[in-house]
Amino acid sequence: MKADPKGVLTGAHYIDGNFAIAEGALAAECRFFAGYPITPSTEIAERFVERIPLVGGVFVQMEDELGSMNAVLGASWGGAKSMTCTSGPGFSLMMENFGLGLMLETPCVVVNVQRGGPSTGLPTLPGQGDMMQARWGSHGDYEVIALAPDSPQEGFELAIDAFNLSERYRMPVLVMTDECVGHMTEKVVIPAAEEIELEPRRYTKKPPGQFLPYEVGEDLVPDAPYPGKGYRFHVTGLTHDERGYPVINEEAQDKLVRRLVDKVKKNADNIMRYEEADIDGADVVVVSYGITSRVVKPALAKAKKKGIKVGELRLVVVWPFPEGRIRELAGSVGAFVVPELNLGQVVLEVERCAAGKCRTIPVTHAGGGVHDPDVIFEAIKEAAK
Amino acid sequence: MRAEAPVREQPREHPMESLLRMDRIPHIWCPTCGIGTALTAFAAALEEREIAADSVSIVSGIGCTGRVAGYTKLDSYHTTHGRAVPFAVGLHLANPSLKVVVFSGDGDLVGIGGNHFIHAARRNVDLTVVCVNNFLYAMTGGQAAATSPLTANTSTSPYGNFERPFNLPLLAASSGAVYVARWTALHIRRLTKAFGEALEKRGFSLVEVIAPCSTLYARRNRLGTGLDLMKFYHDNSEIRHGADPNDLDIGFQEKIICGKFVDIERPTFLDAMNQRYREVFGDEYQEYGGSHG
Repeated sequence: MKADPKGVLTGAHYIDGNFAIAEGALAAECRFFAGYPITPSTEIAERFVERIPLVGGVFVQMEDELGSMNAVLGASWGGAKSMTCTSGPGFSLMMENFGLGLMLETPCVVVNVQRGGPSTGLPTLPGQGDMMQARWGSHGDYEVIALAPDSPQEGFELAIDAFNLSERYRMPVLVMTDECVGHMTEKVVIPAAEEIELEPRRYTKKPPGQFLPYEVGEDLVPDAPYPGKGYRFHVTGLTHDERGYPVINEEAQDKLVRRLVDKVKKNADNIMRYEEADIDGADVVVVSYGITSRVVKPALAKAKKKGIKVGELRLVVVWPFPEGRIRELAGSVGAFVVPELNLGQVVLEVERCAAGKCRTIPVTHAGGGVHDPDVIFEAIKEAAK
Repeated sequence: MRAEAPVREQPREHPMESLLRMDRIPHIWCPTCGIGTALTAFAAALEEREIAADSVSIVSGIGCTGRVAGYTKLDSYHTTHGRAVPFAVGLHLANPSLKVVVFSGDGDLVGIGGNHFIHAARRNVDLTVVCVNNFLYAMTGGQAAATSPLTANTSTSPYGNFERPFNLPLLAASSGAVYVARWTALHIRRLTKAFGEALEKRGFSLVEVIAPCSTLYARRNRLGTGLDLMKFYHDNSEIRHGADPNDLDIGFQEKIICGKFVDIERPTFLDAMNQRYREVFGDEYQEYGGSHG
């Protein structure tokens, strides 16, 4: 399905990552935004509301992030593509109903423009400290999809991908960007609408009466009912069966939770995305994502100049994590170097998958700025020893 | 020796079968609970007003009343605690062709969900909100609520509640609701009428239903059986249409003033949005109001 030209601002623009994400959402036919102002994400909401009257849709500034997340879920069930944006403190408030979105299997997009935390932390300065919260922040067992753009251009593109993934797998999808990418102004090229491929909602082909809200086929993803068309469906945050009816016992819990997890795990090969360079024969591989993958560039160049065989692996999709690829590389490289704007989060996954077959070296940073590339260079040098 | 099974009459069809999920009956509500009565009156209102049931969506939160969505054969959403209103806000704004009803309890709507409640009323989002008020948190075993009358005994106010409760019609009216009524579970006919009016009203409507909880509220406060509570409503309710919402506090075992208190016109969120954008953008602006479904 091609994008509706109404929302697509085709052309070359000089805009920041937040505006680019808003444009990506509009291009992806997002027509409902509910949000609450929070630095450094607010420009996404501002851009959206400025554009939406003539594109056709609704922006509502909610009373808080609890309300925002729920309005986004309700809007999705109403038939709209919907999104919200936030940063750390708001992300914490959204966690409750992010879980509801996963449980009801509701397509929508949540953008977290990460700042320094914990608590109010550093409202105006970057961080990547919410990566594990993105993975585990709501209660219970589940899998998530989280994308991490490293530029405004990629912010635009991944916003579209996030909507497509959310429709494909019927779940909230996270865009985990950061203050740097959000406020970085670069050239963003928006293609023509006919070049943008969109995933339509998976509406059921069954008539009312034959439709079950949580009946799944091979891909483990249920089809959606049309709202207001006589399907008279029921959905609940309680553990439920295929009819959507609550069933409070071990068997129903096992069946549902495993399916929600497997829905992502068994489709992970189609979701995971990373970019590699100079991996063949590398002694050291630098694993990074978001703004940090830009900051590693001078360190990589310097290391290569010094004759170190260093490769790079950039996570475009952080969750699900490319476990298999890291396992594979761990058998051939000497060490992974993992710089992040946190005190060691995604590095835990790298270390787990490396499983002692090679060294894993975190390059930590508490946030508030980005790494000094020389610090990353030193870590690469150390790793190459 | 087994006795011959007695010949039984085939059970008659439930009169509200078209609006209830009969495959989920029996429900979890206690005998003499007021929620079933409220639901019956609501279903009767849908039928009386000939509202196309397919277009009605029902959104509940958590709690005893939160289970309404699960028993109602409509598009129905059982959401998280306190969040029925913002979920409903999104559902309605994204798809204004739906008639969205929030059906939940006092703890859910004005305790944990209070902020959402007042803001949806302020924005005048076109929702019908039914609040079944049983004066405490029943699902979790009878804890004090934002509606518990002064001195009432609950499991978390074992020496009597000393916090001033909300007056729900005042809260709704002062926040911007365009329709506000209160009835008890005894006033079935008037309650049905109020539901009908609220459903047909454009904008944020609140119908408060004072409902007996004999298992917890009545037992803890030694108020007798469900029937005794109904007698109490009968003897102590006073109908005062148009009463000043400031005068609608409910004291412990004191008079309950019922009636329709607010019925005014005010632009809804979408009316105001469309009007504003039309003023700014002129003919370039296309009125919003269709379904994306």
